[in-house]
Amino acid sequence: MKTAPFEYSRPATLDEACALLAADPDSRLIAGGQTLVPMMAMRLARPSRLIDIQRIPELRGIREDGDVVVIGAATRQMETERSALVTSKLPLLAAAIVWVGHAPTRARGTVGGSIANADPAAEIPLVLATLGGHVVVKEGGTRRDVSMPDLVLGPMTTSVPAAGCIVEARFPVWKDKRVGVGFHEVSARKSDFAYVSAAAQVALDETGRCTRLAIGIGGATPVPTRLDSVESALEGQILTAEKVRAALVAATADIEIMRDSHASDAYRRRVAVGLGQRAIMDAAANSKGGPA
Amino acid sequence: MKVELKVNGATHAAEVETRTTLLDCIRDNLNLTGVHTGCEHGVCGACTVLIDGEPARSCLMFACQADGYEITTIEALAPAPGELGVIQDAFCEMHGMQCGYCTPAMILTAHALLKRNAAPTRDDIVDAISGNICRCTGYGQIVESIELAALRIRGTNEANTP
Ligand code: FES
Ligand code: FES
Repeated sequence: MKTAPFEYSRPATLDEACALLAADPDSRLIAGGQTLVPMMAMRLARPSRLIDIQRIPELRGIREDGDVVVIGAATRQMETERSALVTSKLPLLAAAIVWVGHAPTRARGTVGGSIANADPAAEIPLVLATLGGHVVVKEGGTRRDVSMPDLVLGPMTTSVPAAGCIVEARFPVWKDKRVGVGFHEVSARKSDFAYVSAAAQVALDETGRCTRLAIGIGGATPVPTRLDSVESALEGQILTAEKVRAALVAATADIEIMRDSHASDAYRRRVAVGLGQRAIMDAAANSKGGPA
Repeated sequence: MKVELKVNGATHAAEVETRTTLLDCIRDNLNLTGVHTGCEHGVCGACTVLIDGEPARSCLMFACQADGYEITTIEALAPAPGELGVIQDAFCEMHGMQCGYCTPAMILTAHALLKRNAAPTRDDIVDAISGNICRCTGYGQIVESIELAALRIRGTNEANTP
């Protein structure tokens, strides 16, 4: 499998990359290439030019900025996995990232690439959506904050304009004293595309009452979906498996669930409840201390 | 276009098309055929090389993107021509291969694992090689080979000599 011919550019700055992108509608950005290159090999993608942004300094790195951790779009997934800042401040991302592909693809694949690709089964966009984070999109000379619901429009479809580039992802950090996380997914084999995934982050007070909860499901839904009604139903409660289950059943009863030859929508809806419950109960159980 | 790649410690210049993968460049231009061509779309892991010490798929990278990195292929792991490294030796001893197609990638992946984690659990090993498909062995002997290599490396005075 060989790709079709293309031109290759490696601009030194983000401004240059955006100018190149705007100049040719058939050009594509490449960073880790772990999805784009297979698409090109199968000739499902045939860009006229690849604009390599992997080494652009302003797109790389992980830093804290007030109440968020900012991850540059071209930061490799493996750097994120090994980052002490992510481990301590973004425990949900730390729990989810080891489910992204395999170690050799995480060694090259990037955080921004996974978000831009918007695969319904992708873990990184699910975590960002669950935490209510957003991305910064640059187009020409302007930068905009875009929330996940506004960014991901459907499977593999985002609102990023053809000449736009995701610059960074901004993940909210919970400063609550007792924070716990849970992440689960079901797929045909480890590291394959998830049929259903569930991500939960929970904060408890000293009495064990839930003060804050975020739960999102992916894989089953066309876009990563935060279940707001579960959050409002359970906040202020002592979390029990029965209450959590009832809230999840109600929340997933009439959302759009996908189906394909691997898994029916009925199965996925049922598994979404089961995994959501496990994720929330795990989060409640491991919410010992806060993420520092 | 012209690229300069640092492979196994030496700098090589090659004339390639932009669409030439790192895999094809290493095999066809550099004549290092220990890296194997499998699916050519990132699924099988046969094309694994180390890029700055981490296993990566050389079919998912173009040669023109690969300058400036330290690239390591299986050819660099033997101490001398005709000799075997510790991991290679363990694979022979434990029957960690049958046809051998997946083997260079498995050994490079094991090498990177043992550099980072001298005493991996069975789960660590399984996770590390989970991106590499073997159609022959059923993986059992591969895992055992890596366990044996880890044991031997821990038993020597020289740290990290896989
Ligand atoms: S040839 Fe590269 S993963 Fe199969
Ligand atoms: S030994 Fe034949 S594919 Fe692994």
